[in-house]
Amino acid sequence: MTLRDVVGPYFGTFGGRFVPESLIAALDELDAAYQAARVDPAFAAELAELHRTYTGRPSIITEAPRFAEHAGGARILLKREDLNHTGSHKINNVLGQALLAKRLGKTRLIAETGAGQHGVASATAAALFGMECVVYMGAVDTERQALNVARMKLLGAEVVAVQTGSRTLKDAINDAMRDWVANVENTHYLLGTVAGPHPFPTMVRDFHSVIGTESREQVLALTGRLPDAVAACVGGGSNAMGIFHAFLDDESVRLVGLEAAGDGVDTPHHAATISRGRPGVLHGARSLMLQDEDGQTMESHSISAGLDYPGVGPEHAWLSDIGRAEYRGVTDAEAMSALRLLSRTEGIIPAIETAHALHGALELGKELGPEGIILVSLSGRGDKDMETAARYFRLLDGEGDAPAGSAS
Amino acid sequence: MSSVEQTISTRRDAGSGALIAYLPIGFPTLDESVEAAIAVVENGVDILELGLPYSDPVMDGAAIQKATQTALQNGFRLRDAFTAVERVRAAVDAPVLVMTYWNPVMQYGVDRFAADLKNAGGAGLITPDLIPDEASEWMSASEAHDLDRVFLAAPSSSDVRMRQAVEASRGFVYAVSTMGITGARSDVDAAARGVVSRLRDAGCTSTCVGLGISTAEQVRDVLSYADGAIVGSRLVAALSEGGVPEVARVAADLASGTR
Repeated sequence: MTLRDVVGPYFGTFGGRFVPESLIAALDELDAAYQAARVDPAFAAELAELHRTYTGRPSIITEAPRFAEHAGGARILLKREDLNHTGSHKINNVLGQALLAKRLGKTRLIAETGAGQHGVASATAAALFGMECVVYMGAVDTERQALNVARMKLLGAEVVAVQTGSRTLKDAINDAMRDWVANVENTHYLLGTVAGPHPFPTMVRDFHSVIGTESREQVLALTGRLPDAVAACVGGGSNAMGIFHAFLDDESVRLVGLEAAGDGVDTPHHAATISRGRPGVLHGARSLMLQDEDGQTMESHSISAGLDYPGVGPEHAWLSDIGRAEYRGVTDAEAMSALRLLSRTEGIIPAIETAHALHGALELGKELGPEGIILVSLSGRGDKDMETAARYFRLLDGEGDAPAGSAS
Repeated sequence: MSSVEQTISTRRDAGSGALIAYLPIGFPTLDESVEAAIAVVENGVDILELGLPYSDPVMDGAAIQKATQTALQNGFRLRDAFTAVERVRAAVDAPVLVMTYWNPVMQYGVDRFAADLKNAGGAGLITPDLIPDEASEWMSASEAHDLDRVFLAAPSSSDVRMRQAVEASRGFVYAVSTMGITGARSDVDAAARGVVSRLRDAGCTSTCVGLGISTAEQVRDVLSYADGAIVGSRLVAALSEGGVPEVARVAADLASGTR
């Protein structure tokens, strides 16, 4: 069996369903509906048509030669998920799951969100399909991402500020699961990443695999060969699984996941789950996670809210375990520097999450040299991060960094 | 027959059923949680379900979340659980089950956890986020150390899964009364009767109902068709509001529903 054929519920020793019995029927129902949809040409056609006419797929690839000058001269190709409607890859999964929810006769969508990108995408799908939508968001995050809260509300969603636990993404997931247990009859939980109980890791990966399928062909058409490396940022890991999947059985292609190292993986302030985590159970699956000796989940840290998560999808844990993919940490400072570099060399402002992958590409380019070709998942655009970036680079108080030339 | 089954069967033969009390270990402090557990047994509780505080308790409602979070902030450590069980068992004779999410057990080491729980005098585990399908390691450890394992059955569980819960459980099957999380409710769902009756059809001889039970009347009602009634949030609220004397008073009141 090839690596691409692995469909869960287990990825090696990872995955499974560690949830209350009350949810099992819903997971079984979802799995059955998904298995049926997977082989149903009508479902595929409906989703593809939505992607063509609503998401804006296929997304293009953009070569980044001026950025690549800083990467040892290797060719760097950007898969432009930032150009999708709602500004990131998240819409790929959201539309797929919303279509499934419709098939299941569910009228209410619930979702968790950290930075708000998945929440905005979910609220968008709910508006499109005429469904009720409730988004759970840690109270800490509703405060620091007020604009995305407004966006979700404008789209007609209710945003619940979660006050339990550490009041961040992991607690938003807990509250969404509590809601789902109580309202499973009419509600679909639109989980936003490749984590959680089966079938979510497989299903979310499949809905994002269009990223890799498209870009594999695009790179072949442009360069006549496969890339030497594919780089993507990893929080829960959805855009990375989406772009990696098409390349899993291409042995010559290195798959490199870039985790948020925060202040550094050797400090207490990071979100580098694969580099520094241990096997454990969190949010319904066995995977790697940041935890203390007793198995209590530890708080993660990253300047990027989208990577600020102490767990990771089980398929990534497995790919790391068997050595098929490698995972490296990128600090806040390195990511912000790559964000500024891409902005100034290519006129593309990436999301801070994505900037972690871009820093990874700079390093990989230096390792590969001028003959190298690197495909980068440009998973999201940076509009949502302007406040953080403006503060970080001190752009608003008149003493920011020099306006020109300083990128080289 | 395990001590839990023995207790349940004794109470059933006496014409009623067992009252099971949930209290979190380490809330409001480790000492007070031990005193509270002892006090509720002295006031008519038959079996204890001591909850292990965990950072991500997806099955718990606001009252219990708040209490377990306090325990964690106060520095609760896993090893405290064994101390607490030991101290309670030294004072009263009621069987003590530990309710825990799965990750802490996994990190401690499943077999080591089972051994230490047995040594402390514990009767077994209730595992809200561990289904029998994922429990092979716990099945062997509980057999090896002669511990009870309580799995859950929900209104949404299929007949096949009901049977699986009955076959995998030892002590009793936890019948989830409603589709939801822990917390007091004004009426315990009619769904509870349905779950119990379907468990009976699957051959279950020992099943206790939990979620939403908060009054002596509800206890009496549940015991008219189930073997035990589990009360949690109501007791935790009493402990928060009035300390050990209040939780003892509420336990005595709830126990009046078993007579």
